[in-house]
Amino acid sequence: MSKPLIGILLGAVLGAFDGLTAWFTPAVRDQLAGIVVSSTFKGIIAGIAIGFFARKFHSLPIGILFGLAVGAFLAYLTARFAVGGYYFEIMLPGSMVGLIVGFATQKYGKAPAVAHG
Amino acid sequence: MRWLSDNTIEHLRSITDDPDFSATKYKVVKEIARGGMGTVYLAEDIELGRQIAIKVLNTPELDSGLARRMVREAKIIARLEHPGIVPVHDVGTLPDGRVFYAMKFVRGSRLDEYAAQVDSIKDRLRKFQAVCDAVAFAHAHGVVHRDLKPQNIMIGSFGEVLVLDWGVAKLLPAASSEADTLILPGTNCDVRTDKPIDTAHGTVIGTPRYMSPEQSLGEVEQLDERSDIYSLGAVLYFLLTRQAPIERKTAGATGQSATTVSIQRPRELNSKISKAAEAICLKAMARSAADRYPSAVEMSADIGRLLDAEPVSAYRENTVERIGRWLGKNRFLVLLVLAYLLMRIFFILTAKR
Repeated sequence: MSKPLIGILLGAVLGAFDGLTAWFTPAVRDQLAGIVVSSTFKGIIAGIAIGFFARKFHSLPIGILFGLAVGAFLAYLTARFAVGGYYFEIMLPGSMVGLIVGFATQKYGKAPAVAHG
Repeated sequence: MRWLSDNTIEHLRSITDDPDFSATKYKVVKEIARGGMGTVYLAEDIELGRQIAIKVLNTPELDSGLARRMVREAKIIARLEHPGIVPVHDVGTLPDGRVFYAMKFVRGSRLDEYAAQVDSIKDRLRKFQAVCDAVAFAHAHGVVHRDLKPQNIMIGSFGEVLVLDWGVAKLLPAASSEADTLILPGTNCDVRTDKPIDTAHGTVIGTPRYMSPEQSLGEVEQLDERSDIYSLGAVLYFLLTRQAPIERKTAGATGQSATTVSIQRPRELNSKISKAAEAICLKAMARSAADRYPSAVEMSADIGRLLDAEPVSAYRENTVERIGRWLGKNRFLVLLVLAYLLMRIFFILTAKR
């Protein structure tokens, strides 16, 4: 499995799970479907970015930091447009998802073969 | 008349026993080891200014089987150019007629000493895998070592692994048919073929505690690579448990033990050993050669899989063990996901309030 594919799959799964947990927040429960879709989409976007980064740069600490930054940035955008100002509740899990995807894409997945001219 | 003291006689005897290297480019520094066949000296190559090890035959009998065996040993090592096999630089005869060969002087410790110092089983397994690779290379060149044991394996100063002492090695038929010729200068020692000094059926050679049942029974014709696989298993047993699989001193007694008595399972001696590592060891040490690994390459591959926390061919794990191995291999990822889930639970609980 390629690194971007791992990023997409993991980002989507964790993003969907992240969205589903909104069910436990009564104030936003009626918007659950939208939250799950947007959260999954956010996870996929983060997964693609982090996966391609991992294909280019082979460094566990840098990969984790990049994942954390991408996750935090996307979560910030989500929190900014979300009603209720749940910055902490959205950004912390979003950053964590980015960190996990960053680690997983560095550690697992096949790097592209290097062509020798 | 004045009699010489015992000390003086002993001193004179040691001087006459010392090999005379005056006609060579080597200068002996000190004796390193002495065996039944030869003595190994630390020496200096005067021309190149480097230290080397020289193995010298104990007796100056040019046409003896021992002399031919020694030259044959040098030839066998010389054809095995591998980082895990100590290289031979030179072979010759001293003025007193003793055969010698010069080889790389390895600084470091023997595998048994290394095992006593290193607690990590993983580190010991990595060294063992290097031993398997060197032996696999020899097998690929038609050479069976026949005396693999921790004392014949050196760990160099930089962690390199070297298999030593090929004195009783056997050339498999395909390899021994390559009729190399080596006539030592100044002698009539013509080593045209290895066959005349092949060990006769019923002769037990090797180290009892590490030799295969067929070797301990003297079944010389039947010995092949799988006999070395047994010895590799015994070396692995030692690395895992820090003791030899059979604690007997004589070949005959060991022959009985290896064929009739069960070996104590490594995990009974050291509970830290994984079931997979034990299975590899016991598969290599199977009484029947047919039940062992067919080659050192396959044994090395299983050790590699064990080190990478992947399933090994020698052990069929159940679902719980498979999950446990996966969790152990991916523990950091598992910890991250657990941390994430804990954080989520925290948010859920605080949101309800």
